[in-house]
Amino acid sequence: MVELPPAMIETMTSAADWVVVLPLVLCLMGAAATLMLRRSGALTFVFTLLILVAVIACEVTLLLRVLDSGPLSMTMGKWLPPFGISFAADIFGAGFALTAAVVTLIVLVHAQGERGAEDGRDGFHSMVLLLLAGVTGSFLTGDLFNLYVWFEVMLIASFGLLVLGGRPAQLDGAVKYGFINFLATTFFLLALGLLYGLLGTLNMADIMRVAPAANPAAMAGVAALLLLAFGMKAAAFPVNAWLPASYHTPPAVVSALFGGLLTKVGIYAMLRALVVLLPASRDLLEPVLVVIAVATLLIAPLGAIAETNLRRALGFFVIGGVGSVLVGIALPSLAGVSGAGLYVFHAILTMTAFYLVAGLVERRTGQTDTRRMGGLYATTAPVSILFFVLVLATAGVPPFLGFWPKLLLLQAGLGEGSWLGGLVAIALLVNAVLTLIAGSRLWAHIFWRAAPEGAVVPPVAGGAWLRVGTTGALVAIVVAVGLWPNGMFEALRLGAPDLLDPSRYVTAIGLAGGTP
Amino acid sequence: MDYVLAALVGCFVALGVYLLLSRSVIRMLLGMTILGNGVNLLIFTAGRLTREIAPIVPPGLEQPDGPIANPLPQALILTAIVIGFAMFSFLLVLAFRAYQSLDADNTDTMRVAEPVDEPNPPLSY
Repeated sequence: MVELPPAMIETMTSAADWVVVLPLVLCLMGAAATLMLRRSGALTFVFTLLILVAVIACEVTLLLRVLDSGPLSMTMGKWLPPFGISFAADIFGAGFALTAAVVTLIVLVHAQGERGAEDGRDGFHSMVLLLLAGVTGSFLTGDLFNLYVWFEVMLIASFGLLVLGGRPAQLDGAVKYGFINFLATTFFLLALGLLYGLLGTLNMADIMRVAPAANPAAMAGVAALLLLAFGMKAAAFPVNAWLPASYHTPPAVVSALFGGLLTKVGIYAMLRALVVLLPASRDLLEPVLVVIAVATLLIAPLGAIAETNLRRALGFFVIGGVGSVLVGIALPSLAGVSGAGLYVFHAILTMTAFYLVAGLVERRTGQTDTRRMGGLYATTAPVSILFFVLVLATAGVPPFLGFWPKLLLLQAGLGEGSWLGGLVAIALLVNAVLTLIAGSRLWAHIFWRAAPEGAVVPPVAGGAWLRVGTTGALVAIVVAVGLWPNGMFEALRLGAPDLLDPSRYVTAIGLAGGTP
Repeated sequence: MDYVLAALVGCFVALGVYLLLSRSVIRMLLGMTILGNGVNLLIFTAGRLTREIAPIVPPGLEQPDGPIANPLPQALILTAIVIGFAMFSFLLVLAFRAYQSLDADNTDTMRVAEPVDEPNPPLSY
């Protein structure tokens, strides 16, 4: 008779540990409730706002707990960790979830200035909450199959948001977006099936323990499939064409949410899967990762220079940011993973703000093409300042937020001491210069040169102060965090080592030293 | 039996990829479904195949008597089937709406979001 360990969790989860899943519960319940409240006019908006404030409160608590005492986990249904589905928050996951919720709150208030009071009936608020649930779940989950489910939650909510309004361009963009993203999650599922067949587990902490003993060739195949699937989600180089084809079609607020959140989830999942879960297979794929990172870094800003549609050009900036995070995945030293994490944080804030400013510009000019814009500096100086600050932040010019992650990534590239590291560092610098050229060129066309002949300026609708105010608030966050980066670096100092040495994470899930 | 199913998974995936590479949206949709079914079959095969044995531990024993199929992958497939069907239904409706309002079932002619005849970008700075 063998002595078996207990199969069930005997103790109740303490009430304080519930903060790990509470944001998700709030989002899902809120989405259901706003669906029922959708005919209630302004009440729907106020209710969604309250839900988001509660989510942010939970996530601040969670982040403080994680900063204080290390990763925190909760396992569902009384099953012990490798069997039950775990949720686990480390500093990166909790920090990104908080950032995503703050950004969603700002976008929601912005949207209220853009949409009429009677527009609540289309289910916009429910889908925003569902999207946030998918994003938060992807950041906080500790189980790969659960990650797949959150990806699909995010995907179906984004489908809904993308086609809201049903203009022909939106349907066109949604077909491309829908097929490629559904294909990416199918590839992810394929990798999960193979991984389960090889390891017999999908719990992230358990994978970290058993992966080194598995067949390295088979694991490399799984890692390559994961790279493809998450690369498609994140719009990395060879599979990036869907992003500029679809992100400019929905209303600007929806673009802002997509540009800020969706690709970041894909790239963060890649960071977790390759750097934390399968480091040995990542080493085998390193040359591929370097090539993808360099190509993404160089091609994205060139695309932005060649593009005349404002929001499509921003789509290329989003892709460039993904290239920067890929550098951290390709060179996972401490500086590399810190830079990658910080870049995700920066990109969530900056890209959302950028799309919101693009929405303001499109509203002022009534155009989407930069060739038919011009002279906007004379009419809206504040918007032109916001736009320029964001160009500098995206390119990584020193006082702004974008500079710090790029600095860390450059350190990672130069600290590598090989020609690969040098190549990546050069690509990062070229990317910064090209991004600056593309951004300032857009700025010059939209704001600086004289307005084209016979341009008709549409009347500014109500709620303009709300739209400019919310965008300004988001840009103020970008500037403030860039000027006072100490808190951010302190969080990184505590959080980044967990990605390279996951022992604290494994202990938090409760698998350290236990029998498999 | 495993080898037969593995070969079948290969056929499904190959057929799905072939259909996805065509330009017709409906064929792509069918390709997506077949690919998804191939993946589901793969997970099913990964969970060990046994005939006529229920995955139940007999009373009085701590572990099953002899090899049984792992029920977890089957639960995973159930989830994946539900999600896949929801996505398929959405994409089917989307394809129909796109056909109605864009008058295009061919991805080559579906160019509203990315117009083909755009003039070159301005050379001025």
